[in-house]
Amino acid sequence: MAIFLTKDSRVLVQGMTGAEGSRHTTRMLAAGTDVVAGVTPGKGGRSVDFGERTVPVFGSVAEAVEETGADVSVVFVPPRFTGAAVEEAVGAGVPLCVVITEGVPVHDAVRFRALANGRTRIIGPNCPGLISPGQSSAGIIPADITSAGRIGLVSKSGTLTYQLMYELRDLGFSTAVGIGGDPVVGTTHIDCLKAFQDDPGTDAIVMIGEIGGDAEERAAAYIAENVTKPVVAYVAGSTAPEGKTMGHAGAIVSGSSGTAQAKKEALESVGVRVGRTPSETARLMRSALGSS
Amino acid sequence: MDLYEYQAKELFGRHGIPVPAGRIATTPAEARDIAAELNAPVVIKAQVKTGGRGKAGGIRPAAGPVAAETEAGRVIGMDIKGHVARSVLVETATVPFEEYYAAFLVDRAEGAFLAMVSGQGGMEIEELAATDPDALVKLPIDPVAGVDADTARLLAAKAGLPEQAAEVLEKLWRVLVEEDALLVEVNPLICTTDQRIVALDGKVTLDDNSAFRHSWEYAESTDGLEDRARAKGLNYVKLNGSVGVIGNGAGLVMSTLDVVAGAGADPANFLDIGGGASAKIMADGLEIILADPDVRSVLVNVFGGITACDAVANGIVTALELLGDRGLGRPIVVRLDGNNAEVGRRILSDARHPAVRQVSTMDGAAEMAARLAAGA
Repeated sequence: MAIFLTKDSRVLVQGMTGAEGSRHTTRMLAAGTDVVAGVTPGKGGRSVDFGERTVPVFGSVAEAVEETGADVSVVFVPPRFTGAAVEEAVGAGVPLCVVITEGVPVHDAVRFRALANGRTRIIGPNCPGLISPGQSSAGIIPADITSAGRIGLVSKSGTLTYQLMYELRDLGFSTAVGIGGDPVVGTTHIDCLKAFQDDPGTDAIVMIGEIGGDAEERAAAYIAENVTKPVVAYVAGSTAPEGKTMGHAGAIVSGSSGTAQAKKEALESVGVRVGRTPSETARLMRSALGSS
Repeated sequence: MDLYEYQAKELFGRHGIPVPAGRIATTPAEARDIAAELNAPVVIKAQVKTGGRGKAGGIRPAAGPVAAETEAGRVIGMDIKGHVARSVLVETATVPFEEYYAAFLVDRAEGAFLAMVSGQGGMEIEELAATDPDALVKLPIDPVAGVDADTARLLAAKAGLPEQAAEVLEKLWRVLVEEDALLVEVNPLICTTDQRIVALDGKVTLDDNSAFRHSWEYAESTDGLEDRARAKGLNYVKLNGSVGVIGNGAGLVMSTLDVVAGAGADPANFLDIGGGASAKIMADGLEIILADPDVRSVLVNVFGGITACDAVANGIVTALELLGDRGLGRPIVVRLDGNNAEVGRRILSDARHPAVRQVSTMDGAAEMAARLAAGA
């Protein structure tokens, strides 16, 4: 089992004919993803040969869904067109829309989040997507650094996700979700914690957070009330100075709020074990699963 | 990106929100001239991007041009919580009859817009929220419908603001939407004895991601290295330590800084070269870091995910060739892990570059970089 994305997911790629879209479609296919369509406005009727599979291109998401039954969209279009692309996927009723694009204006994200309104699950923007190893990959998470297993992972950061997936590659993952580092994202830590708690294929959860906002504090409160599976966590940015944005647009300490220390304390107070480094976090997960 | 008060007020003015007459001065003489021009008692306000200016003595009244020159001389150069006031806003002193608070912002937790308005302004909003939460009216704003005249009137009425404040609230919302702001805040928004609504202070945070659809010209960084890095398209933040850090991915780099600190050293910078980690980007990154005289050792921490480690290792080797002698003896600790890590490490050891040392774990590499920085 897995959350949000399984071997039965039928994936369409918005922006598939662009350089990034085409490169990562090749990778998604290699990871076993059932990529059924590409969408590029004005290029409908063509198709793209990816060797093992030729994928048809449609001029609109609605047409692609109608013709192929796609139920996941992965968005690779540039920032200035991302808002419209996501609104199109939402309008076509696609249940899951994964927005990889970095640099999307926050107002656009607020708007498409409101339009999605529970009918479309949006993951991202500015995220690496999600992968259910051995089944399907929607986004850019490398498939060959880990294996299928029973750990669920949710993270704001791409490379830290890869780091933990790699350190725990012998145990393997049900699903790893990169929710993105922007101030406003479609799917939160809490949404993923809930899904992992409900997923019979997941035994334990790794949560990776970082400075900025209060998503980790809210996740801690949620865990206290609702999560019975073991959770280990890591929070990046203990040494970040106040008021400086650390790479991710959302990663900024404002006054005393958003600090790594406050987040660690909130998580530890509800029984979550928090690693000081990614490697220590991996060790904590091993001991939580009794496999050290 | 946070704006200075004077920049926020210029924006407000353009959107029809009343602000006191005034201009920016960078020398006491300029302050005197502006005060003479305004021909009224003025206030000299330190331009720094932090709160608590009043308490720190960064806001001073001046009865006329001579006093304005003296007071500006006291404020310019003042250090307020680590922010140096390079300029002052000289504006007509405006006496409040009543003070309010008004803000529109992106609420990160809800992923939505939020209005916050209060009939009690002037104090820090965090303080108001803690001491008298009922006095702060919070209203979620639908991003599609926005704030129209009715919503603005409702907000003003609920918070106990006079009717004529509604128009200013509506305009403040326009600032948020049209400027792609993450926050617009007026504290205090005042009502004068002659019943005019005036924005006495202003705080605006713009969304850098939306720069492509605006023609902003706000210079931000004051650190030369940060400007140079930005020109090269690198994501660099200068810090105060001696271990230079390069990595791929914002989260991994943040984590690397933490691990360096855990090893007992202070990181000199944040530098994310992104997922690709090509030779050119690696060379640009190393060049920026080695241009920082505080750097005594460098830690390159790359996880090979999309870009495998052999490509990254080739990138580092080419980068060091491109740099030539500019490394000047400072040790570079490299940690490569992930896809094709073995091949990547072999490429680096075969290159036999005298500055390069390899450690296979992130924690171990940070310890070595910290030790080298201390002993160098």
